[in-house]
Amino acid sequence: MIAEQVVGTVTDPELPMVTLAELGIVREVRQDGDGVTVTITPTYSGCPAMETIRADIAAALRSAGFGAVEVRTVLAPAWTTDWITDSGRRKLAEAGIAPPGAAPRRASGPIPITLSPRHDTIRCPRCGSARTEAIAAFGATACRELRRCTACREPFEHMKEI
Amino acid sequence: MAFDDAYGALTDHADDARWAYGTGFTDPLAGVPADLPDGVDRADLAAYCLMLGDDALIMSHRLQQWVTRAPELEDELAIANIGLDLLGQARLLLTRAGTAEGAGRDEDDLAYRREAHEFRNVRLAERDDADFAQLMARLLVFTTWRLALFDRLSGSRDPMLAAIAAKGVKELTYHRDYAAQWVVRIGDGTPLSHARMAAAISGVLPLAGELFQAHEVELRLAGVAVDPAVIRGEFDAVLAEVLTAATLEPAELPEVPATGRDGEHTAALTEILAEMQELARAVPGGAW
Repeated sequence: MIAEQVVGTVTDPELPMVTLAELGIVREVRQDGDGVTVTITPTYSGCPAMETIRADIAAALRSAGFGAVEVRTVLAPAWTTDWITDSGRRKLAEAGIAPPGAAPRRASGPIPITLSPRHDTIRCPRCGSARTEAIAAFGATACRELRRCTACREPFEHMKEI
Repeated sequence: MAFDDAYGALTDHADDARWAYGTGFTDPLAGVPADLPDGVDRADLAAYCLMLGDDALIMSHRLQQWVTRAPELEDELAIANIGLDLLGQARLLLTRAGTAEGAGRDEDDLAYRREAHEFRNVRLAERDDADFAQLMARLLVFTTWRLALFDRLSGSRDPMLAAIAAKGVKELTYHRDYAAQWVVRIGDGTPLSHARMAAAISGVLPLAGELFQAHEVELRLAGVAVDPAVIRGEFDAVLAEVLTAATLEPAELPEVPATGRDGEHTAALTEILAEMQELARAVPGGAW
């Protein structure tokens, strides 16, 4: 197997239904003989999973027979949910997590403040209804918020656009 | 390796040294080129990274103290998440400070092995909050200031600072929204909640005056650092918008001497460090 395929099988420690590549955390895989350099980027500054992610990638490559494995980190450009692939979005939805919409576009000038809950159309991952509302802007991890569906009445998680 | 949850990921190690008092992890900037931009004084860059890193570290610790004390579970999650983002920013900035200093100090040395007078955070970050309204007023002032600062810092001549700031901008945007929405809800609430929010805002303003006074290090690092005086207009506009929506009186910032950046702090910082550094000082290098 080539290195990129091996790295492509490594799943996220907190969202094991998707791979690191599908989340857009893997930025580059460079193979040179039996040596591999993988470049990753953190989702959030304080992401506590980075060390596990580094270790998981290195372990997968070593068990596939690669020798010198280096996992590098890049901070720029900053990670955005726009990098989550279509298959990643589908798997998140299948696991009951509403995938993110398009990340907010930055206009020139000061960043506007949001004083009331956003009116957005996040569809319920269970019944597909667009009649959902936010419960809390923060969830079990930095990337998720809590919502509820007013049609099927089930609560669900939504991956926030960033 | 794949795990059903983060706890599984953390405990699946034969080497228990991961449960160290510090981060116990590798450098958060591992594998990021650590070059310094040309013509920048190392000591000044280190001092500047320390200022911004200490702001985040101390504010993060104060936020963590609210976990188990917040009015609702949802707000505990919010406060813990904001504290975690700031802790992440602190780790990156303290690591950068150590690299720029070039004396071999890492993030743990800087967080756990300095005395209060060596900390460079603004005093706003260290204040204790007597109630939730005070916390939200302080978080609003802190995030409004830091977001405007980081937005400009993302154009820094130091690519590392620029990258840390650009990432922080995304996080600080929702931190500020969270604080502002609570200030509006409490301010524009009952007569009692309005009075408490008004008291919270007037209580935090004396600490906001020092946020816009440039330190000599910031002025010497023109192009790398941001002179905080330039963001005053944006800060005032945002604060006015929030206070108006909250039916609160406009804010007047008193001119006060900026001392936090030179290591002159209130007793509150000593109290934070006594708690934060206790284990590291009792068991130097401890891991279990």
